[in-house]
Amino acid sequence: MQYVMYPLGERAVTVRWSAEMNREANQRALALLKHLENEPFTGYVEAVPAYTSLTVYYDPILVYRKTKQSPYTAVCQWLKSRIEALPTVSVPPSRKVEIPVCYDPEFAPDLSFVAAHNGLTEEEVIELHTAPTYHVTMIGFVPGFPYLEGMDERISTPRKHTPRSAVAPGSVGIGGKQTGVYPLEIPGGWQIIGRTPLKLFDPHATPPTFLRAGDQVIFRRIEKMEYDEICKEQKGSPK
Amino acid sequence: MTLKVIKPGLLTTVQDLGRSGYQQYGVSAGGAMDTFALRAANLLVANEPDAAALEMTLQGPVLELEKDAWIAVCGADMGAKVNEENLPLWRPVFVKAGTRLSFGAARLGCRAYLAVSGGFKVPEVLGGRGTYLRAQFGGFAGRPLMEGDRLETGDSILAPVKMDRDRPYDACRWYVSPHIFPAYGTDPIVRVVKGPEYEWFRPDSREMLLKERYRIRPESDRMGYRLDGPALECDTDAVMLSEAVTAGTIQVPPDGKPVVLMADRQTTGGYARIATVIQVDLPVLAQLKPGDSLEFQLVSREEAERLYIAYEAEMSGLKLGILTKWREMNDAG
Repeated sequence: MQYVMYPLGERAVTVRWSAEMNREANQRALALLKHLENEPFTGYVEAVPAYTSLTVYYDPILVYRKTKQSPYTAVCQWLKSRIEALPTVSVPPSRKVEIPVCYDPEFAPDLSFVAAHNGLTEEEVIELHTAPTYHVTMIGFVPGFPYLEGMDERISTPRKHTPRSAVAPGSVGIGGKQTGVYPLEIPGGWQIIGRTPLKLFDPHATPPTFLRAGDQVIFRRIEKMEYDEICKEQKGSPK
Repeated sequence: MTLKVIKPGLLTTVQDLGRSGYQQYGVSAGGAMDTFALRAANLLVANEPDAAALEMTLQGPVLELEKDAWIAVCGADMGAKVNEENLPLWRPVFVKAGTRLSFGAARLGCRAYLAVSGGFKVPEVLGGRGTYLRAQFGGFAGRPLMEGDRLETGDSILAPVKMDRDRPYDACRWYVSPHIFPAYGTDPIVRVVKGPEYEWFRPDSREMLLKERYRIRPESDRMGYRLDGPALECDTDAVMLSEAVTAGTIQVPPDGKPVVLMADRQTTGGYARIATVIQVDLPVLAQLKPGDSLEFQLVSREEAERLYIAYEAEMSGLKLGILTKWREMNDAG
């Protein structure tokens, strides 16, 4: 599979296998991440997988000391040889995870906009959102935020022109062709259509996120009463 | 040793040089906004450069030391005082137990750093001791300091000074020379390299980014600086898939107003990235306050790398120089 490489500042390089959503590109990114974690090159710091890319952070000083050339050029060469030596991607077995979501108006300030934008009723938006099995392509943006592939394009809605300065934790949103869940209270530009009572991030857990790249996810519609119950259970449960 | 918070200031947090290895879980790197000042403050008191120190923002705190300690304050000038006397910046200072360190409003710059020899003892969470405000973990209880908080510090390797006078402190005569400071200033030129979507922008937008002045908007914070200035427009219908962003990434939401991502940035983003502030100029940006303005200047990736390597060589020189000074002082008894 073809790929391109380009710098992200002077301490990172992005390897991208596709400019559009592509499952194989995502698997290649996850496979390269795993490989680099097992066999890091000199100066490797960490890597961040995204839909179709892997961004590799490195310490330019350590790379420079070893190669005496442009750290970017050296890292690109190393990555190129690693990528070409990687065997065909094997698909790791994925976990199936259910996320309960309440789509009541108090949790869904943009549900009506998403419906109107796509010429649907709010009920239809909810049905289309809960129908598919989603694939977690990456965790990013903020701690524990899952980027999900598999949303029905009939509910695609552009991001807000000006991001909200605070989105409540657990909010389920749509941004373009993507859907996801906000694990923390943060600013955000996605259209909010519901909320889950689950905690998606815990800094004292290993790993710290509820979802992992590669997981399969289903959204289950719940009523406010069940939402409240799950909230209560989570508060009572030991850490 | 304990440091007691009498008044917390506007936003005082424990910070270090940030986390690594957890960005794949969406955990931002975090750490000090002005890494130069934090590293300098730590080095001055013989700490590792990434030890935990206090980051004070715009309006500093009032603190009380409960034991004698070597401290250093670097970064913004907040008119720091030990009891009633002015505290010199950018140098090691020995402070007696029971003295009060008070910081006022930032006169020059935005963020000051207080390092204590031995470092602040806070638990390590996900590989770092810095406060991650959005996610409310790390640092001191995952939050900014509050009145009445008491912070423990580690053991200092530096010998105490015998002070017979009534002075509340004794400062070393040597200091970090301003000629190695980042190009701090209120209307600085901040250098950038092209971002991955640079070519997506209209030629006049690319030109505007580099010609016009941009002003820091009030809603700027540790996560990002929102800028006021000419709106930037893309020249393409291409849709971007979310991808990694880094410290200094300048992303442009559909409203055209650029945002520079800072220490507590998100790990990935979906807005077009027109440019990236070069690493050595991030401390300059970190010292700008809302209302300050700046200009961007484009440099090549090769130039940015050369500057980074030269900067890190200077930091190594600084570390060595400070160690030498401490050895001379020890030898002199």
